[in-house]
Amino acid sequence: MAIFDVPTLKDFLDIPKIQEGAMAHSKPFVASPEHQQKLGFPGELVDGWEDKAIAKFGDLLGRYRSLQVYMDSCVKCGACTDKCHYFLGTGDPKNMPVARQDLMRQVYRRYFTFAGKWFPWLVGAKDMTKKVLDDWYSYFHQCSQCRRCAVYCPYGIDTAEISMAAREIMDSVGQGQKYCNEIIGKVHEKSNNLGLPAKALKATLEDLEEDIEDETGIKVRLPLDVEGADILLVTPSADFVAEPHVDGLIGYAKVFHQAGASWTISSYASEAANFAMFIGSYEQMHDIAERIRKAAQDLGVKRIVVGECGHAWRVAYNFWNTLAGPFDFLDPNYPVPMHICEYTHDLIEEGKLKFDKSANDHMTLTYHDSCNVARASRMGDKPGGQFEFPRDIIKAVCNNYVDMAADTIRESTYCCGGGGGLLTDDLMELRVKGALPRMQALKQVTENNGVTHMAAICAICKSQFAKVMPYYGFEMDGIVSIHQLVSNALIMDGQNTGEDPEEDPAPEKETDKDPKTPEISAAEGP
Amino acid sequence: MITAIYASLFYIATLILVGGVAFKVRQYALTPAPLKIAMTPAPTTTGGVVFRMFREVVFFESLFKSNKWIWLFGYIFHAALVLVLLRHLRYFTEPVWFWVGLIQPFGLYAGFAAVIGLAGLWVRRFTVERVRYISSPSDHLMLALLVAIFTSGLFMRYVERIDIVALKAFILGLLYFDWQPMPADPVLMVHLGLVITLMIIFPLSKLLHAPGVFFSPTRNQVDNPREQRHQAPWAAKMYPRASSGE
Ligand code: SF4
Ligand code: SF4
Repeated sequence: MAIFDVPTLKDFLDIPKIQEGAMAHSKPFVASPEHQQKLGFPGELVDGWEDKAIAKFGDLLGRYRSLQVYMDSCVKCGACTDKCHYFLGTGDPKNMPVARQDLMRQVYRRYFTFAGKWFPWLVGAKDMTKKVLDDWYSYFHQCSQCRRCAVYCPYGIDTAEISMAAREIMDSVGQGQKYCNEIIGKVHEKSNNLGLPAKALKATLEDLEEDIEDETGIKVRLPLDVEGADILLVTPSADFVAEPHVDGLIGYAKVFHQAGASWTISSYASEAANFAMFIGSYEQMHDIAERIRKAAQDLGVKRIVVGECGHAWRVAYNFWNTLAGPFDFLDPNYPVPMHICEYTHDLIEEGKLKFDKSANDHMTLTYHDSCNVARASRMGDKPGGQFEFPRDIIKAVCNNYVDMAADTIRESTYCCGGGGGLLTDDLMELRVKGALPRMQALKQVTENNGVTHMAAICAICKSQFAKVMPYYGFEMDGIVSIHQLVSNALIMDGQNTGEDPEEDPAPEKETDKDPKTPEISAAEGP
Repeated sequence: MITAIYASLFYIATLILVGGVAFKVRQYALTPAPLKIAMTPAPTTTGGVVFRMFREVVFFESLFKSNKWIWLFGYIFHAALVLVLLRHLRYFTEPVWFWVGLIQPFGLYAGFAAVIGLAGLWVRRFTVERVRYISSPSDHLMLALLVAIFTSGLFMRYVERIDIVALKAFILGLLYFDWQPMPADPVLMVHLGLVITLMIIFPLSKLLHAPGVFFSPTRNQVDNPREQRHQAPWAAKMYPRASSGE
């Protein structure tokens, strides 16, 4: 199946022995001149790139307090060394967060500190050379910017900030990453990461409407570019085409329908993802965020709701107001933006949604906290709402729910292994190995608690898991969207009860364990 | 002669320490944090952030979550360091402040505790493969310096007591620019020489973690991005827009 060794799942996760250079060969494809230039970056490594890189570094140090403080503050305590899923999965010491930071810090010290200028050997300072650049390119593309290390660092040193800065410097001297930069170019040109044109999008949405009607007998709309709608839904474009994402999109549509909401998708802002965050470019991130503002203004909506996506929610929640605000043209009675889980959660609390939980009885669920939702956002008014809302929703629509081990969820959650702009086939080995800690935790609840499916609210997590779970012996459809679960259980007014003869919907624990138990779609009680 | 050398070095070291730290603090304070990057769950109020920072600085909360051994040794060392520094205030105050008198006995034990904490941290630099990998010569030297400062201090207290009356006169003389002879004790000269070195190194090294922690955006930001627009001056200049008018 693979040209590399897939790690084996043991009974629990070991901290690996150091294997120097184990992942030195892992590098994503370099962006072509065409992809670079579209974003205003030099096409290829420029002459005198060393000096230009240092100048850019200096510029960033003056613009980002995080970078300046984090370059200075690390005491090499080692607390973060066993916290990164890529280190745990590969054993490559440069995947220890502090060692990854040091790739940049060695250059910082050499050019920007007294000690590094005069005593480089003492503090491990290094000149900016091609060798250093190669290390940067390799290992700053082995960081999914998940921020797990920053939870555990006594000074909150956030390796994500450092890897974003490193990527920005590399872009500025002409060595960008193909996957991210190509996608960002597509958003500017075609409105979404997939390059899905408006026409195709319209056809896709219409197909989905038909599917829903076939299944439920109800005309649930997935409106596109409706001026004067109340709500603009901005969702990752993967939701339009990929599995299991699209089942989540159907779930949002059903929830909007049942709530009687007037809503629309925009073909101009048909993408919630903002890959510019991954390359650390404020300018690119701004331009993509502005598209959403423009769509909201052009359509005259009152609210913006964001679909299931991790980094997109980070950008939306934490950065939109900064980048594209103020949003004072929207209805001030609602948070801007609102997460689809906040939207559904509110409706559940208000008792506006009716569920038949037994519709999900063929599954025992667990929930994967996506790193950007967990560690870089919130839902609701209270800190930690980002952990509770998704779980509350799952528990409202499913009978069988089990959490994974405490040190692998909530703020301690492990990245899926494909975040931060690494969800590309040229990094398959890294993705598979980086998923190890999550797979280990999943295995434990699978064996001990009979978990059959893992839910997530991130387009990247869903794609990544669908791809890597088979390497570890799990089914690829073991990953589900939360709104897919909502969709299964939601009873819309006037909905068909399905073809199955009505059965007693009371859950029978014994049969729940069998994942092949046919789906019971008894919509109403006996 | 010795007095003159040490006295001038103390002044220079103080200038470097104070000036250097002030420079870095100013730099940290003036460098904008253009984006909200609070590590969530984060407090939603300023009061909450102060409390979070308090727990971080006083209890090393994140480190505790992270690694109990590093926390233990690190905490012992830092707590002991604070006590020892406070104990040393008796050389700088005349009459000795009341509470400084009270903590004297604790300060004494703290000297040993600090060495134990440092030893624990140093042992980890050798025995834990991952920590060995990330340690550079400066990390070892820093520990060596601190251990030497503490052991020379303890030596003067427990093995060969020095003339602390004369020492105090020397120190007060430095404070009031009225130089008094420094006791010519070799251990004392080593002790003070190393302290001077530490003061000079402080603003040039990883010891900047002390002021740095207060400026860490993942820890000191309020989680309110939807409620309050946050914009760095350079970003506001690049993308001016006062309000949303069409
Ligand atoms: S941000 Fe995540 S991927 Fe990057 S070094 Fe830290 S733990 Fe590893
Ligand atoms: S936990 Fe923080 S201070 Fe300690 S080694 Fe890692 S980055 Fe450096």
